[in-house]
Amino acid sequence: MAGAELVALATLGAEAEAQIRSAQGREALQQLRTDYLGRKAGRLTAILKTLPDLDPASRRSVGQRANAAKAAIEGWLEEAEARLATAVGGATAADLTMPARQVWRGARHPVTLAMDRVTTIFRELGFTRYVGAEAETEWHNFGALNFAPDHPAQDAHDTLYLGDGVLLRTHTSPLQIRAMLAHQPPIRILCPGMCYRKDPFDASHSPAFQQIEGLAVDEGITFVDLKATLTWWARRFFRPETKVRFRPSFFPFTEPSAEMDVECQICRGAGCATCKQTGWSEMLGCGMVDPAVFENVGLDPERYTGWAFGMGPARMAQQLFGIADMRLLFDADVRLAAQFVDAE
Amino acid sequence: MKASLAWLSELLGTPLDPADTRDRIAMLGSPVDAMDTLHAELGSIVVGLVLEARRHPNADRLTLTRVDAGGPEPLSVVCGAPNVAAGHKYPFAPVGTVLPGGLKLDRRKIRGEVSEGMLCSARELGLGEDGEGILELTTDAAPGTRLLDVMPIADTRYEIDVSANRPDLLGHEGLARDLGAVLQRAWRLPAFPGAPEPPRVSRAAGTSGEAAGVRITIEDLAGCPRYTAAVIRGVTVGPSPRWLKDRLAAVGSRSISNVVDATNYLMFETGQPLHAFDLKTVRGPAIVVRRPKPGERLVTLDGQTRELQAEMSVIADAGGPTGLAGVMGGAGSEVTPATTDILLECAYFDPRSTRRMRRALGMSTDASYRFERGVDPDATAVRLARAAQLIVAVAGGRIEGCVDVYPQPIAPRTVFLRDARLAQVLGVTVARADVERVLTAVGCVVAPKEDRYAVQVPSWRPDLQREVDLVEEVARLVGYDRFPDEMRPYRVGTIPDAASERLADRLRETLTGLGLHEAVTLPLGPRVSDAQPMVINPLSQEEAYLRHDLLSGLARRVEHNWRQMTRDVRLFEIGHVFDKAGGKRETAGGREYALPHEENRVAGVITGARRPPHWSDSAPPDADLFDLRALLESAVALAAPGATIAPGGDGGWQVRAGDAVIGRALELGADRPAWAAPLFGFEVLVPEDAPVRTPNYVPVPAWPSVDRDVALLLPAGVLAGDVEATLRDAAGKLLERLRVFDEYRGPPLAPGERSVAWRLVFRAADRTLREEEADKALARAVKAAEERHGVRRREA
Repeated sequence: MAGAELVALATLGAEAEAQIRSAQGREALQQLRTDYLGRKAGRLTAILKTLPDLDPASRRSVGQRANAAKAAIEGWLEEAEARLATAVGGATAADLTMPARQVWRGARHPVTLAMDRVTTIFRELGFTRYVGAEAETEWHNFGALNFAPDHPAQDAHDTLYLGDGVLLRTHTSPLQIRAMLAHQPPIRILCPGMCYRKDPFDASHSPAFQQIEGLAVDEGITFVDLKATLTWWARRFFRPETKVRFRPSFFPFTEPSAEMDVECQICRGAGCATCKQTGWSEMLGCGMVDPAVFENVGLDPERYTGWAFGMGPARMAQQLFGIADMRLLFDADVRLAAQFVDAE
Repeated sequence: MKASLAWLSELLGTPLDPADTRDRIAMLGSPVDAMDTLHAELGSIVVGLVLEARRHPNADRLTLTRVDAGGPEPLSVVCGAPNVAAGHKYPFAPVGTVLPGGLKLDRRKIRGEVSEGMLCSARELGLGEDGEGILELTTDAAPGTRLLDVMPIADTRYEIDVSANRPDLLGHEGLARDLGAVLQRAWRLPAFPGAPEPPRVSRAAGTSGEAAGVRITIEDLAGCPRYTAAVIRGVTVGPSPRWLKDRLAAVGSRSISNVVDATNYLMFETGQPLHAFDLKTVRGPAIVVRRPKPGERLVTLDGQTRELQAEMSVIADAGGPTGLAGVMGGAGSEVTPATTDILLECAYFDPRSTRRMRRALGMSTDASYRFERGVDPDATAVRLARAAQLIVAVAGGRIEGCVDVYPQPIAPRTVFLRDARLAQVLGVTVARADVERVLTAVGCVVAPKEDRYAVQVPSWRPDLQREVDLVEEVARLVGYDRFPDEMRPYRVGTIPDAASERLADRLRETLTGLGLHEAVTLPLGPRVSDAQPMVINPLSQEEAYLRHDLLSGLARRVEHNWRQMTRDVRLFEIGHVFDKAGGKRETAGGREYALPHEENRVAGVITGARRPPHWSDSAPPDADLFDLRALLESAVALAAPGATIAPGGDGGWQVRAGDAVIGRALELGADRPAWAAPLFGFEVLVPEDAPVRTPNYVPVPAWPSVDRDVALLLPAGVLAGDVEATLRDAAGKLLERLRVFDEYRGPPLAPGERSVAWRLVFRAADRTLREEEADKALARAVKAAEERHGVRRREA
């Protein structure tokens, strides 16, 4: 019988698989092909050559096994060739100029990007985020913030009302009130969030817009701290040599009040159409917390002082990324969004 | 507020530089929104002296002139004006000039005679309506001098954004005072040429007085603390003189008539609005400032009939209301070209009363704008006198009497300012001499005491009420830029970073990583649900309701992208949603408020290909419900760890935490073009305080597992999740995990029937599991499933 041949075939199969699968390089593979399937001295060829000498029954069984082994070896060789072909420099190497297999990648919203850039710097300076409801009481939005009833200062806050003294907050300042009511100084917080004004939806206005405010309250806080912190922020946000100026302004809830201007980032202060030839662009409003606000939240204004600021990240995003029309920020057009993948 | 640089220069007695003045005004606290050079287009117009003038040989109405325009040789100029005469000076436009109308002058022949330029009329130069003759100049300036250097029309107009607390800056006087404080220059109002001596204004005793036979009475003292009036008879109403027209034009105000222009001039000069009545129309003649009577109406100057309400304040004569106090005059008492006698009103109307009234009327005028911010109550009589002088100077007539009804004078305020408080707020010590100097410069009377100042604040500064107001005033006038900006030690805050913000950061990171773009949609929209809180004063019905969910808004944004022919759209949003019901009640400032319910949510939508197409995979399949479920699970894992996800009955899933439904995911209806793929969305609550997941390490397995695959035939209606739960329960402790790895429907299975295959992984924690143990557990699990769900094992 053909026992010896069958044993030889089984051994040969196992050896061939191991050798071919671990073969390194094209020459080694060619050598293995010759070793097993070579027409003259191939080990499988040698077994096949013995077939005519076997009895018919053995011939059939050995022949079948040998052909199966041959097919298997050829399969392993093909597999190995494919493996080696994908290695660099191979004769059948992949065209590495072909594009990669992609995955969907999303982007944060431009306003989120601006907001995060702003908050990152303040968080390094010990500020934490404090958030709350968008529907607010008149008292938190105006009264506690020292807006006198029937004062024209409220004209700048064209308010959307839900009725019975409830309104959509016109700034995130009510959060400053809530923070001071709930916590004792030292307070260093950032208040990001959506705010609302009765503005038409056009290129530069939106009835809803994001705002970010900051508040620092403690004993011994002064106007110098306000200037120092905001100047630090501006120089980190733009460039270390950025020029900054503080102009007097008016807000009911701060005194002294100021606007901070930063040198126009387009003309670097030389004067251009964007900055109306002034060399400056308005960045944020700020000021020392008005003593009346402290009284309204039960803090002693003789003991505590503080400063606050507020800015619009949407406008900042528009400037940073050159998005002229405010409405584009609400479109969720993926052709715009895709441009912000990987942006920080 | 529009301001003229020439006007400010005149008040300060020195020429001011346009850009420097703009910057100083801004640094004093009023941003300058615009700066326009007026008449810049007249830069090439010069003074031309006509040396000789003779009839044009070929035209009766034309004159041939020789003009000295400063050049080496006189120029030949053809002129059509009837008033041209030798020896006089006129504005001359040389060849090449572009006139304000756009006409460019060329050297050309007119009826055969060469003309090398043009002598101009006022209208041709954009300086007025007079086009009858050329503009004769009365000047000593040499021919060739620029017209802008000769006529006081060269000017710069500022558009100044005056803050609501500084009514004194709504007149040139106040701006000059502030500028004078930093320039250290005194300012003064000029005398009007041809004006009489200032009239005496006699103070009435009590609430009623008389001026030249006109009785003036204040009944509504709350609305009108002070009312002064002058009677001027014999005026001639007509056009204003050139200088007055120019001044008004410089601040963008149209000239109307000499009398009206005079009152407007005073308003732009001092910030005090005045009103002139035609005295003959004043019935009585008497003026009463009072509340309206029921049913009273008034036709105002703008021609509208106004219903008067009880809390308003009106100017009335013996016959009824003739004006809205501080807002607008009545049409019946207007000054007309036929007017000869005038009653001039100069009053102090209460700011809050004016504001309430003009809001109730839904209107705002130059006058109400100033009264509601607060005019100077001390200067009323002085300004009445000055306005009366100006009217006589420009319209003639006699001032016959002036009366001042001011029964309860407002007392001057004294505010104390401590040195220590200045340093506490400002962070540095300001020298006492500087404090005194800057406060005095803006009109305060400063009396230094040992460690503080007693400061009597000026009547025109309603913003100076408290010590901190003076702290700001000192800082403002010293200059914010003079304060240091060095970083000083500070204590960190004690409020932790908001958990919901940290969670939002992580959701953004995860969802962008899963290929969704962040969207921000308007939280206001049209009504889609009864639960939406309504804005009671919306700008439009399209933005009248607060959103009740995020998915509706995102679906609209997907439709927007479809309209741009974009097929693959993947978006998410984090934002607040609202509900009329379920909000909290809150007491604040002595009042109870009912707030709507409001919560933060995250939502995402996907439509289109599951992955971007690639050359190896050019038509990837569209995303389906199970892609949605992956997103949902990612969001739930972050926002609501431990919540359960179960079929929701709407073809999608519901997310539950305890009894509360806190999220959902489903295929969304939308206005979908035929080429677009189905749209799926999820929405989950973002809690204010989400638990932070802190994994508890389980040792990785030390012993091998035994894996078994089993395919079960599920009859129609049997849910894989239920079968899986049974398998899990019945397989016992040795089952480590199981998962579905295949589903098959179709022949040879019966319709509705499907084959679902699970891989079960069995493992013992302390030894190598024997195969028979796994097989036994599997058999037990399959038997339980067969009994409970009517499934059959499908043989391979």
